Amino acid sequence: MMMADSGSIEGVAVIGNTDITSTEAENNLINTMVERGTTLLRKMEMNVTEAEKRTGKNTVNMQETYTVYLIETRPAETLPEGGTPATPDTLWRRYSEFELLRTYLLVTYPYIIIPPLPEKRAEFVWHKMSADNLDPDFVERRRVGLENFLLRVASHPVLSNDKIFFLFLTEEKEWREVVLETGFQDKFDSRLKSLSAMFRVKNPDKRFTALKLYSDELNSVISQLLRVRAKVADRLYGVYKVHGNYGRVFSEWSAIEKEMGDGLQSAGHHMDTYAASIDDILEEEEHYADQLKEYLFYTDAVRSVCRKHELMQYELEMVAQDLVQKKQQKEELVTGTVRVFSLKGMTSKLFGQESQEQRESRLAALEQSIREGEETLKEKNTECQEFVRTAWEDIERFKEQKDRDLREALISYAIMQISMCKKGIQVWSNAKECFNKM
Amino acid sequence: MSGQTVPADFSGHMLDLDEDEDLEVFSKNTSLADGSPMPNSPSSMVNQYRLEEEEQQDADAQDIFITVDNPESHVTAIETFIMYRVATKTTRGEFDSSEYDVRRRYQDFLWLRSKLEENHPTLIVHPLPEKFVMKGMVERFNHDFIDTRRKALHRFLNKISVHPILSNSQHFKVFLTAQELLSHKKQGPGFLSRMGETVRAVANSVRGLRSRPEEFTVMQDYVEDFSSKICSVDKVTQRIIKEQREYFDELKLYSPTYAQWAESEEELAAPLNGVASCVERCSKESEEQIQHLSEVLVPALHEYVLCTETLKAVMRRRDNIQAEFEAKNEALASRRAHQEALQDEVDGLADRVELSNKALKGDWSRWQNGMRSDLKSAFLSTAEKNVDCYEQCLAVWESFLLSQRVEPGEQRDGEDAS
Repeated sequence: MMMADSGSIEGVAVIGNTDITSTEAENNLINTMVERGTTLLRKMEMNVTEAEKRTGKNTVNMQETYTVYLIETRPAETLPEGGTPATPDTLWRRYSEFELLRTYLLVTYPYIIIPPLPEKRAEFVWHKMSADNLDPDFVERRRVGLENFLLRVASHPVLSNDKIFFLFLTEEKEWREVVLETGFQDKFDSRLKSLSAMFRVKNPDKRFTALKLYSDELNSVISQLLRVRAKVADRLYGVYKVHGNYGRVFSEWSAIEKEMGDGLQSAGHHMDTYAASIDDILEEEEHYADQLKEYLFYTDAVRSVCRKHELMQYELEMVAQDLVQKKQQKEELVTGTVRVFSLKGMTSKLFGQESQEQRESRLAALEQSIREGEETLKEKNTECQEFVRTAWEDIERFKEQKDRDLREALISYAIMQISMCKKGIQVWSNAKECFNKM
Repeated sequence: MSGQTVPADFSGHMLDLDEDEDLEVFSKNTSLADGSPMPNSPSSMVNQYRLEEEEQQDADAQDIFITVDNPESHVTAIETFIMYRVATKTTRGEFDSSEYDVRRRYQDFLWLRSKLEENHPTLIVHPLPEKFVMKGMVERFNHDFIDTRRKALHRFLNKISVHPILSNSQHFKVFLTAQELLSHKKQGPGFLSRMGETVRAVANSVRGLRSRPEEFTVMQDYVEDFSSKICSVDKVTQRIIKEQREYFDELKLYSPTYAQWAESEEELAAPLNGVASCVERCSKESEEQIQHLSEVLVPALHEYVLCTETLKAVMRRRDNIQAEFEAKNEALASRRAHQEALQDEVDGLADRVELSNKALKGDWSRWQNGMRSDLKSAFLSTAEKNVDCYEQCLAVWESFLLSQRVEPGEQRDGEDAS
């Protein structure tokens, strides 16, 4: 049983593994993705196999209909000869639980580009496709997207080790409580506030600036591509379907012709075939669109990491600035010169000098504050550097993944186009033979 | 009788009609004023029965070649119009020369056709392109419109030239050879006789036919059905062009988006640009498909849409000829006086009915074969073009795929290209 093994799973990951050298890390990345898989994937297979409609009362006690998805997990061990695969463990999850998991991961691993969920509502639809969340086609594509999300997390060198993620796959009822107990919600709220706040970083990291720019460009271009593709799909649908009218008319026409009748009739059948073929063609293309959409949503995750870094950098700068101010204050106090305006300084000038005692205690407090400040600065600096290091590790990993995946997507698009062309050639060659018999 | 001037070479039929008040004042003379073989002459009868054979011979030994080209704008004080060059090369004995080069305008074609119809009311004369296309708001002097019209005029003359009877028409010869057509146009029954036909047709339709031979009823039914089918095919084709154009317009935005994306990528730039250029190539093919449809299938279908009007008119005229005979025949039965003269007239009309029917029957199978052949060829050409376009697109995508497979680094496990 899978559950017995849970004790051997590593605990919640620390920020990166500082023991591995950079080359080893690089090797690990490649190996992880292509050959050996993560620890988790080596132990466990996972699928999102079904979707079901449920009705229940929501938080405001109103009836609602929602969809739940079945997650199946089983041990990924080789089977003995003639053995049957172990029955999978299963549990049901709804989309909002996936969202909760993802939010947890976002907060817990701010330096990681967290894989995106499939879209909440159908966007970039072309007219025949439904924008309804309960539509079976949409639900099916969402099922695939959710499975993809789980696999992405499970194959991530850092995220796959997360205990909450493991429990998401294995603990149906208790999981929600456990997640909330981590207290990530508080971090989330404060983070959310700061992320939307406007602030200016004095010395932005060029690499992150470039990355954010790239991410914005990618977001914009993929959006446009998806929009245009949907329109093209719509039009192509129209072209194919109109040919179906030939089928009907040729059939009627063949009834009044003697010599031409057979040729017309059979040509008409091929036109019907042609018109019908577009449905499968465009359904396949939706998978391509989904692959693009995944990376569209990934750009949000990338942007989020950049913003978090900015926030960190900003906080660091604030701490440094604060320290500088305090040091100046100390200097003034010591030398008696006022370089920086301070209310205390002014009042003491106006209302008379303070006593030596007061001055010394103020100096002591300031020195304490400075020491604390220096500690904080050191910590923040380390924190920032760690963030940068681990973030860039993940960014490099992501870039390679992106290049690989999108190249594969483009290749599969080409394969689809080739298949479409071959179908077209066949239909029109057949029609030509029929016309020849006219 | 009105004071209409009648050319001397009209047959005597017309003068006999004075006494019958029921009949039209103006007669529609079925004999030909142009000197070509009359329908009631033995040689033309033989011609009709030889139609099928002659078609074969025509194909092998065409002795006249006509081209319509070189449209030029012609400006006068009152109007502007287009003149086309009509060039003829022939080995036929009736022609004085072997080459002719004349300039004709659309009106001249209209004249020719109306003459041919007049003189052969139950032969199927190929239609001319329409006078003015309101649909799509095409200007009269728009390049595409002129070119489409020119091609249709070319086809018209060539159709006439291979017709065993029509190509021997004097009017046809005059049309091809006379430098100045105007003087020839003024001869022959004009507007008044055409009006006579219409008025008589109305009267006959009121009277109704006694008994139309079964075969012509079958023909009539076919014409009705064919008319609706060919119009449908035409409409579907127009709709396909419209949808294809809209598809092509969207494709124009598609390729540049991939190219734009390539600009912000490194590793992905090559495959993205590859896809961009494939999409662009495919959109060119789509454009060619549209053009081919417009230049080949649409004109062919359109001509046969127009043909249905011709066929209906031919059926009507045949009916009228029969009706005229029946009317006279009835009159004969109820008349006492002038029996002999009337009998002659009735006999003449009876002959006319028989010959018209034979002419139509003969031309009918000729027309059907022509229709089958023309439309078959147009559909074939369309199918071939579509196969060709898909093959071009296939090649482009396959070569893209190949370029991606050759990428160093990743080893793929035998993925199919299909």
